[in-house]
Formats: sequence, C-alpha cells, structure tokens
Amino acid sequence: MSSEKAIAVQINGIGRELSAPANETLLDCLRRHGFFEVKSGCEKGDCGACAVQIDGEPVDSCLTLAWTVEGRSVTTLEGLNDTDNPHPLIAAFLEHGAVQCGYCTPGIMIAAEALLRETPEPSDDDIAIALSGNLCRCTGYTKIFAAIKQAGEVLRAGGNDD
Amino acid sequence: MTDQETSYRQAEANVVLRQVGKPLERTDAVGKATGRTRYAGDYTMPGMLHAKVLRSDIASGRLKRLDVSKARALPGVACVLTAEDLPDRLAATDMPGQTGQKRAATDRQILVREIIRHHGEPLALIAAETPALADKALDLIEYEIEPLPGVYDTASALEPDAPIVTEPDNVVGKYKIRKGDTEKGFAAADRIIENTFYTQFIEHAFLEPEVGLAWVDENGVVNIRMSTQVIEHFRFIADALGVPHNKVRILGAMVGGGFGGKEDITVELYLALLAQTTRRPVRLAYTREDSFVGHGKRHPFSVSHKTGVTEDGKITALEVTISADSGAYVFLSPYVLLYCAVAAPGPYRIDNVKIDAAAVATNNMYTSAFRGFGAAQACVAYEAQMDEIAKALDLDRFEFRRRNFMRTGDKTATGQTVESAIWADECMTKALDALGDKPADTGTVKIGRGVATYQQSYGRITWFHDTSEAWVGIEVDGTVIVRSGVTDIGAGQASALGQIAAELLGVGLDDVVIYNSDSAVTPLAGTTTATRALYMTGRAVHTASTNLRERLVAFAAQELDARPDEIDLANGQAFVPDDPSKSMSLKDLASRGASEGLERSELAMFRAPFTDPIDQETGQGPVFPDFTYGCHAVDVAVDTETGEVTVLKSVGAHDIGQAINPQAVEGQIEGGALMGQGYALSEELIYEEGKLVSPSFSEYLIPTSMDMPDIQCIILESRSGLGPFGAKGIGEPSLTPVAPAIANAVADAIGTRVFDLPITPEKVVQAIREAQR
Repeated sequence: MSSEKAIAVQINGIGRELSAPANETLLDCLRRHGFFEVKSGCEKGDCGACAVQIDGEPVDSCLTLAWTVEGRSVTTLEGLNDTDNPHPLIAAFLEHGAVQCGYCTPGIMIAAEALLRETPEPSDDDIAIALSGNLCRCTGYTKIFAAIKQAGEVLRAGGNDD
Repeated sequence: MTDQETSYRQAEANVVLRQVGKPLERTDAVGKATGRTRYAGDYTMPGMLHAKVLRSDIASGRLKRLDVSKARALPGVACVLTAEDLPDRLAATDMPGQTGQKRAATDRQILVREIIRHHGEPLALIAAETPALADKALDLIEYEIEPLPGVYDTASALEPDAPIVTEPDNVVGKYKIRKGDTEKGFAAADRIIENTFYTQFIEHAFLEPEVGLAWVDENGVVNIRMSTQVIEHFRFIADALGVPHNKVRILGAMVGGGFGGKEDITVELYLALLAQTTRRPVRLAYTREDSFVGHGKRHPFSVSHKTGVTEDGKITALEVTISADSGAYVFLSPYVLLYCAVAAPGPYRIDNVKIDAAAVATNNMYTSAFRGFGAAQACVAYEAQMDEIAKALDLDRFEFRRRNFMRTGDKTATGQTVESAIWADECMTKALDALGDKPADTGTVKIGRGVATYQQSYGRITWFHDTSEAWVGIEVDGTVIVRSGVTDIGAGQASALGQIAAELLGVGLDDVVIYNSDSAVTPLAGTTTATRALYMTGRAVHTASTNLRERLVAFAAQELDARPDEIDLANGQAFVPDDPSKSMSLKDLASRGASEGLERSELAMFRAPFTDPIDQETGQGPVFPDFTYGCHAVDVAVDTETGEVTVLKSVGAHDIGQAINPQAVEGQIEGGALMGQGYALSEELIYEEGKLVSPSFSEYLIPTSMDMPDIQCIILESRSGLGPFGAKGIGEPSLTPVAPAIANAVADAIGTRVFDLPITPEKVVQAIREAQR
C-alpha cells in the first residue's frame, strides 16, 4: 500500500479532509468517504456514471487521482440537492420521468448542470454533445433532453436572482 | 380462458380509473434524482472482506496445475477457494421456479475442476482485507492450462467428429412445430422465397456492474444483498452450499439495469461460498471487464425462412429452420429457443407451418436471457422476410402485411387461440401515420423507411405453473403498505404496484410505501423477467387490494349507516357519493376498524393459466398466457458513400392493454428504441476462438446521446390483457421490432439487404457494391 496523505478539499461547499493513498482515484476516495451518489460504471472513463465537477468542470472521477483535487472544489449530485434551494434539474427530471434505473442519473445531472451554466438555452445538439460522455441504457435519452431544456427555462426565468 | 379470467376481464372493462393510467411521479424517482438511493454496491459492513474471481483466459482447455499456495500465504488474504475445496458441488443454471421443477443435467461446475469450456470460466475465488490485496493475491495464483481443441460455431459443433462441449452431441435443446401441411401449402404457392438471417452476440450493458455483499448471521443464515432480477435463486444457492433453503436469504436493492443479464446467478454464489467459509462479511463488485466476460450473452441465431406465397400476396406455407449458439453451458437456451420457435411466424395467419429449432453448444460464452428472449431474434428474421417477399412480388410492404395479419380471435402456429385483442394492423397504421411524409434523398444520402410488427408473449411458459404473491395492508393512520418480493430493475416495477393499491384503496401514491425484493420477509413474487412483473404481481396486488377494499367498505357501511354498494373510497375518504353527510376519513376508518379487531391486511396469490407441456412432435398446445402486439416504424438516412446509417425518426406503437403509468410505458418504448438501434447498427461482441476481445465500452458501442433520433411513443389501450385493469406487457415488446424496422429501412434506402446484424458501414458499402455488380 502506498503512503496516505490527507487532502484538503471543498466538497459540495463544505471543507473536508480526505485521506487517500497516492494511487487512489477520486471515485474510490469519494465512495470510501460515503459519497455513494458517485457511481462506478466502468473505471475507464467510458460511461460517465462517476462524473463530478472539479471547480465547476465535469470530469470522470475514475480517471482523476484523489491527490490532484487538493485545494479545489468538488461537486457531486448531493451538491445540487440543497434542501432549501434544490437545482431545477431535479424537479425537471422528476416531472419528465427522466429517471429509470437511476444509475447514470448522478453523472448526467452533473454534466447537465455544467451545460446549463455555460449555455442557458441549449439546443438538442448542445445537449447531445454535453451528454456524449454519459451512457444511459434505459431511457433512450428522450426524457432526459426534455428535462434539461425545462430546467434551463426555469433557470432563465429566475436568472436575475443569481 | 377460465370463467374466473373472463369475469375478471368483464369486471375490469368498465372501471373508472382515478390514478391508474396517469403519469404519476414514480415512488423511486426522488431517491434516484437526488442520488440518495442506495444500490447494492453502496452497502458496506465493518470487517468486510473484498472478493475477486480468477477466470480462465482461454476458452477450451485442461487445467493441468493450479497452485494457490502463494496467494494463501499473502498476509491479509482470508480465503482462496478452488474446486478442490468444493467437493461434489454444482450450480444450477435453470430457471428458478416456485414449484421446484428443474430440468435434468443442466447443472454446471462452480469452479473449474479439470475441463475449461469457455473464456472467463472461474478457476478460483479470493477474499482479502482490501481490494488491492485481493488483486495482488489474484496475481500470485499460478496455473497451467493445456489448450484443447474447441468449437466456435454451431455448424462445426454438429459435425460428426466435433469436440463435445455438452454430452452427448452438443444439442442442448430442440423444438418442432407442425401445423397444417406445408407440402400442400407450397404446392398452392405461386412463388417460394427463401432467405437466411443472422444475428450476433450482444451484451446487456446495464450501467451498474454485478455487485453484492454477503454475511452469515447469528442464526447461521447466509444473507446476500445484491443487484439481481431474481431473488429466488436463494434455493439454488442453498443447494450449492449444501444447506436448507431457509438458511439463505437474498435481499435485493434498486437494480441499476438488468435487461435479462441479472436473471441468472451472478455474484451471489461466490459471495455465499466465501462468506460461508470465512464467516465474515464479503463484498464482490465486478469491474466492467468482469461483467463483459462474466455473464451470459444474447444468443446469435441463424433463422432460415422458406415462404410460399400467391401472386396476390397470401402466405400459403412457411418453413423455418432455427439454430442458436448456446455457448458452453445450458442456462436458459432451451427456453430462448422455444420463444424463438413460437414467435417465428410473426403476427401472421399462416395455415401450414413447419418449424425446426435447435440450440447447439460451443466453446463460446454461454448465452441466456436478454430482453426479447429469442422472440427478438425471430422478429429480425420474419419482418425482413416479409419485406423481401413484398419486394419479390412487387407489392406494397404494408399492404402485404395487412393481407396476412392475424386478427382478434385467431390462433397461433401452436394452435393457441389468442383471447386478447390482436391489434398489429392498428399499431402499424398509427406508426406509419406518425412518420408522416418520407423526407427526400439528398445527393448520395438516401432515405429509407422500415416497419416491423410483432407478436410477443408476456408472462412465463404456462407449464411452469407460474405464481406471484403480494401483501397489502392499511396502517391505523390510513397509509398503505405493499409487500412483495418483486425486484425493481429500473422500469418502475414497485411503483406500479403502489399505483394499483392506491387506486383500489382510494389513497394517494404518496401515501403508499412499497417494501420489495427480500426473499425472507416479502411474499415471493417470482422473477422480474419475461415481461411478467406487472402482469403477475400486479394481479396479486389487485386481488389483495380488492379484498382489503371490500372489508374496509363493509366496515364503513356499518359506520356510516349505508349499504356497502353505496360506498366509494377516494382521496383518503370513505364516502357515499350521493350523500355528502356520509363520509369519514380512511384514517378514522382504519383506526376504528383496528379497535374493533378488523383485519387490515391481505395476502394474495395470482396464478397464471396452468397447462401441460406442448406435444413434442407437433409443438401443438398453449405456450404462453397471452401476447402483446405492436409495431415500430423508422426513417433512416444512409450515406451511400460511407455506409453510415442515421436514424432520423423512430416511432413505437404498441397495444399494451392498459397503461398503469403511461410515462413509465413511454420510458420503456424510448429505451427499447435506442437499445434496438444499437442491436441493429453498432453492437457486437467479438469472440476470437471463444475469447472475448471487446470487453469495454470503448470497443463495444452502445448508442449514446449523439445517436438519439426523434422518438415518438404511441400507446394503444385495448384493455384486453390478462394484467391488472386489462394491461398487457411492454418491457420486452418495446425492444423487439426496433432492429428489424431499422434493417428494413436500410434495405429500402439502398435497394439491397444486409442479412447479418449489425449493419455496419462496411457491410452497407459492400452490399451496395455487390448489388451494382
């Protein structure tokens, strides 16, 4: 076992210290510390189930070493789920029935949130490109696209508050 | 149909539905949309060990030496098991049943004792303190395998001197169907059209790899919490461990996709053996590569059609020869074969039919359940053949189908009268209408249109004597609990049960909690396979809820001084609709009832129609409870220079009897549309001498968001099915017609056909070149 060190990192806005060996991926590290909303699907960067944001950018946590996030900010789906102010993506996914088995959902939400920050009114092509690294085997993506568009509308309507 | 079924359907036809049929938010949705749902891989225990499976890297060989001494000596390794440690133990590969039926000679070795029959066959199991130590132990195991001659296609496996994978002759299943007189039928034909169609090995590619956690409790019960479609493998696990059935408990969790790939035993057997040996909790999580290599695949089939037709487009005779690659172990191959044979004529009325089907063992990976279960491969063939015949006769493809469609009241090729509506024609008409005008070609990009219609069973083979149980109870505060062993594999199986109970008990879906998927404490519901969960368990919940409703209504009548037939239950109230003064809340009703000793729960069993097996020589007799009918229609664009196929619009129209939750039904149709697109165009597991050489998502290409066409869902509701409120099934049927519709659209675009899936750009270009020669 390689040596461990404690890394300081903001996770969903809260400062944490996570211990991790040098060769541990961010995926394994987060799950070992109880962030089970980060899913393991392939551990090769092919499926996107493990996607998180690092300083707002979506990345595959299975391809990221835990030590590299020292001093940075990590967002998981839990970070979009502020009880007082949940991200509109969550309500939109519920309304459209965009969730089936749910295993790809956390990664897709992470990718979608990053998309909507950059592109508040995304086209189908914008969404397709943003989700191209996130596999879903259940839904055929149709309801996911509709939910993302609706969340964009909600965000645009309330955009002045941000 | 039994009198009981007839009266049930008549009673259901007139029910006014308040909640069933509405796109309610599923009970499992919030947990999943917020990331708080716990899947099997999210459970841990103190002192837990981590397991690994050592697998053979070649497909056919003899294990000459297996030395685990260095792995056992590694500090932190708790256990290494080999076949030597499991004397005389075997694992069942049959369908788990509630009735204890099991086919003979279908068990397999748990770990390789001497002969290796497929790539990935397990050699040893390891449990260690950390995943890294388990990996290290895996590398320390020394073994020597002497390669043996193998057989990797069904034709070679039937040669007289072929290596024998399965005794005595590599044939693991055979079915015959004989109806009418095909010789006479061909004599009456003006034309005879013959074609052979081929399908490939494919992978389920659920996003959650197989995973579980097992521990032995203080009563000596082996508990296994895992991702599975079938908690009732607990019996086979107990048999393999050599313990009584009540000493193994399987707890499901929300399943991250199944599609048939979590129907057979996966990690639970290894977990049980390691937990039993170490007496410590053990976790086993497959990597994606383990998953690709470790579970059964969809059968490649070759299906040959010889069809006699008259010039005016009536089919007079059909001969079908079917061959399926069952791989190295039997698993569900004979059943998949039967489904293909029964489905082979499609939704068409054909008087003279002769079908011969065989499943053949090879040293390829074993093949088993996959959404569509043989009926999907059958549809790939019969719908392509329908287009080829129409082309040969110069008839409109859709009109040719209409001249031959089965109509309500018709019989199948096995002589089974279909009691429900047969709306294949109606579905095709609606799907074609939804496609609208066909877009025009642009330069070298040709547009093609294709349809495929189908007949597909829902519910298990009727001689399995399938049953399902559910328990429904009302708490003293008026909230409702449903308990059922049904596994929820992501389609909303549990939520649908809640919606049925809510409808019948007059509460909101928010007031229902469903406990499911525990083989020890929830009533056993059977498998979530065979498009049976809603049909079977839905009926059990319907019966339990109806019985409970009757008791509540009788008590309310007493309390409200009214007749029971005047009482309705809705919105959490028991009331007399015509008399606003007579009303009480279900909360008051339940608590008053409780104080009076009213029974507030019901356990019900639903029994599917039971029959004897079909005649072995003629294949005549009922095979399934009922069938779903529908159509998928697509427009595709084919770049004739590059061979690239783009699906533009994809429409599924299905008569599902009655949608319980139409949003969930759309989810099935949309998901089936994209999965079928992958089957048609891009997905193929490549085996070289039985060894899988494409075990990742960068080599095995499932459709992504970039491939999503405009998908439209059309739900028809004949209310004629055997499920709750007249529902049929949609889980598998939504997939079945998609690949043949796309294949037909490509053929329409390029004027020639690719006969083997997947229709890759290379094959398209080659087909165009050959046609131009």
